[in-house]
Amino acid sequence: MSILLKNGSLKGEKNVDILIEKDLIVKVAPGNSIKDDKAEVFDLTGLIVLPGLVDLHTHLREPGREDAETVATGSAAAARGGFTAVHAMANTLPVADTAGVVEQVWNLGRKVGLVDVYPVGAVTVGLKGENLAELSAMAESTARVRIFSDDGFCVSDSILMRRALEYVKAFDGVIAQHAQDPRLTQNAQMNESELSGKLGLTGWPAVAEEAIVARDVLLTEHVKSKLHICHASTAGTVEILRWAKEKKVNVTAEVTPHHLFLSEVHCQSYDAKFKVNPPLRTDKDIQELRKALAQGVIDVVATDHAPHPTEDKEGEWSSSSFGMTGLETALSVVATAMVETKLMSWSDVARVMSEKPAEIGQLSDHGRPIAENELANLCIVDPKASWKVDAHDTHSLSSNNPFHDMTLKSKVVHTIFRGKFTMKSGQVQK
Amino acid sequence: MKKHLVSAHDLTAEDAVLVLDTAKELAQVSDRPVKKLPTLRGRTVVNLFFEDSTRTRISFEAASKRLSADVINFSAKGSSVSKGESLKDTAQTLQSMGADAVVIRHGSSGAPYLLATKNWIDAIVINAGDGTHEHPTQALLDAYTIRKHLKNNEGDLKGLKIAIVGDILHSRVARSNAILLKTLGATPIMVAPPTLLPVGIDSWNGEYSYDLDEVLPKVDAVMMLRVQQERMNAAYFPTTREYSRNFGLNAQRLKTMQKHALVLHPGPMNRGMEITAEVADSTNSVVIEQVANGVSVRMAVLYLLLGGTNNESGENN
Ligand SMILES: [Zn+2]
Repeated sequence: MSILLKNGSLKGEKNVDILIEKDLIVKVAPGNSIKDDKAEVFDLTGLIVLPGLVDLHTHLREPGREDAETVATGSAAAARGGFTAVHAMANTLPVADTAGVVEQVWNLGRKVGLVDVYPVGAVTVGLKGENLAELSAMAESTARVRIFSDDGFCVSDSILMRRALEYVKAFDGVIAQHAQDPRLTQNAQMNESELSGKLGLTGWPAVAEEAIVARDVLLTEHVKSKLHICHASTAGTVEILRWAKEKKVNVTAEVTPHHLFLSEVHCQSYDAKFKVNPPLRTDKDIQELRKALAQGVIDVVATDHAPHPTEDKEGEWSSSSFGMTGLETALSVVATAMVETKLMSWSDVARVMSEKPAEIGQLSDHGRPIAENELANLCIVDPKASWKVDAHDTHSLSSNNPFHDMTLKSKVVHTIFRGKFTMKSGQVQK
Repeated sequence: MKKHLVSAHDLTAEDAVLVLDTAKELAQVSDRPVKKLPTLRGRTVVNLFFEDSTRTRISFEAASKRLSADVINFSAKGSSVSKGESLKDTAQTLQSMGADAVVIRHGSSGAPYLLATKNWIDAIVINAGDGTHEHPTQALLDAYTIRKHLKNNEGDLKGLKIAIVGDILHSRVARSNAILLKTLGATPIMVAPPTLLPVGIDSWNGEYSYDLDEVLPKVDAVMMLRVQQERMNAAYFPTTREYSRNFGLNAQRLKTMQKHALVLHPGPMNRGMEITAEVADSTNSVVIEQVANGVSVRMAVLYLLLGGTNNESGENN
């Protein structure tokens, strides 16, 4: 049966009708112009139609930490958040550092069928930062890996980073760096600032991120490769990225919803749901990150969805885990931080949450124009919604969402993945 | 007063002076042949120590017993309690045991704050030192000691300059003292090599310096902080000898201080490192007295928080 989406606002620009048959968009025409008696009709008047969202940075935890998340639960959370594709980070148990593991994750994703799950391969064996993993085997596997990252750890050794950047050129890969100088951040707990001094929590200085970003930009330029910076969190990183892009270095960068919205002030509660790596920074950093995202200096928003079981997040700060969930709230946080504030339009949101991430991940099925003969991957948003986040109302197995009890603007209403509703009127269609 | 004592920030100037005045009254108990008051009879004070500190624990234990409270020592160190959940579990155990006050010492900054704010227990929470955060009763006993000698055991500390010397970065004693001294009208001066001062020290209440010799002549008291063994191997300073040469308090330096100036140390001392034996045992030194004052001040805190007097929140437990 076909689906007719009536009178939705295409990226907030013009009202259109969209007719979907099987997995394809077969017709896009002006609002309220298509008549089709056989189609299931949805009135999207007042709603925004975006291409299905693409996340470059998701921790699905399977295999190994199925107590925190599985591919199935993470996929459901993604569908609820408007995503049609996610990139599963490599820090699983075992680590996704071989063709076997990335294919396992890829197959799990296909079996669940709520989003496309693209595995990210580890750069080094076991994320240990010592020997390169078999990058080309992962690239050539059925999982077709293009993004490689030791996320959670920084590839801090300069020569290893250089080699990785060089090596992936053979199959047009990209190294996604978690930029954190390990020596400058030993036992680090929060942003290093006046506040960390007062709270007695070991500081994670901005320079520990910026020094690695600067080094890697220079290395990338030198070996003419491709670099992606994970979760940029400081004003200084923005400055280096701006400089690198002016020099036409092939570098892209992501920012997380939480770094666009939450500052270090939340650490005052010693509530470990605000503990994340890189840490929440200052208001000035937030302003610079927002500006950079709007200007394209930062290319994309990526969630860094990092589920953890309750027992790892409700104790003392220093023994709690780093990380926050974010798939279900990402779009709303971006809308609240960027659209409500008039820094970005809905078509900018489509760019930073779908089109650009798909381009960086080299995905041919996502981030495409909403047009005839394109795959029907769509995210439909109510821009007038205002809702209070309940961390426990989630499809994730974990509830470590820092936005709990906060009020956000805009909400994803429907998600369509390859022509089928994966979420319809707020209900995930498992 | 606030219900809990987690940070020196929890005390207004009036609160702090009330604690010191109460400690002065209660100090007389310690001079009696029968060192006991019936005030807290039937109340239960739990010493919850996740970190070894015999000195602090014994001080709180003595304070509780002199007020006739029942004391339970709960040492959680070395057991399975290294991971998060257990703080909550432990708290709930104490709740079911009917604890009226929990004195908590924890290696993780903020643990007492969580205990006080998470609704796990009804008991009042007293911070006996958390990570590199705070140690408010130590600051109170230091203030008490200073006031006794320099302010005739009355009022606040207005006009006094107090140097705090050593590992400010990692010291909970320094943090609480910086806050409380300021609250009481004194001016704290942090003295350390730049590596041992936290980022943002410029915005702390007070002054700071890298030069002990320049500071000593103008202060009324100097608090020497213990240099932890683990700092000595982490490039905070080149050698212990160089540290000692620049930041150790020796007899020669003591001579440059004002006659009335006091020497304090929260203990235990590294004699020969941050303080020489000669200075520690000099007439300016009040280190031994600090221990006795610690008991009085902790009695006062327990008395005021548990006694139900002057309790703004109206909670009498
Ligand atoms: Zn990361």
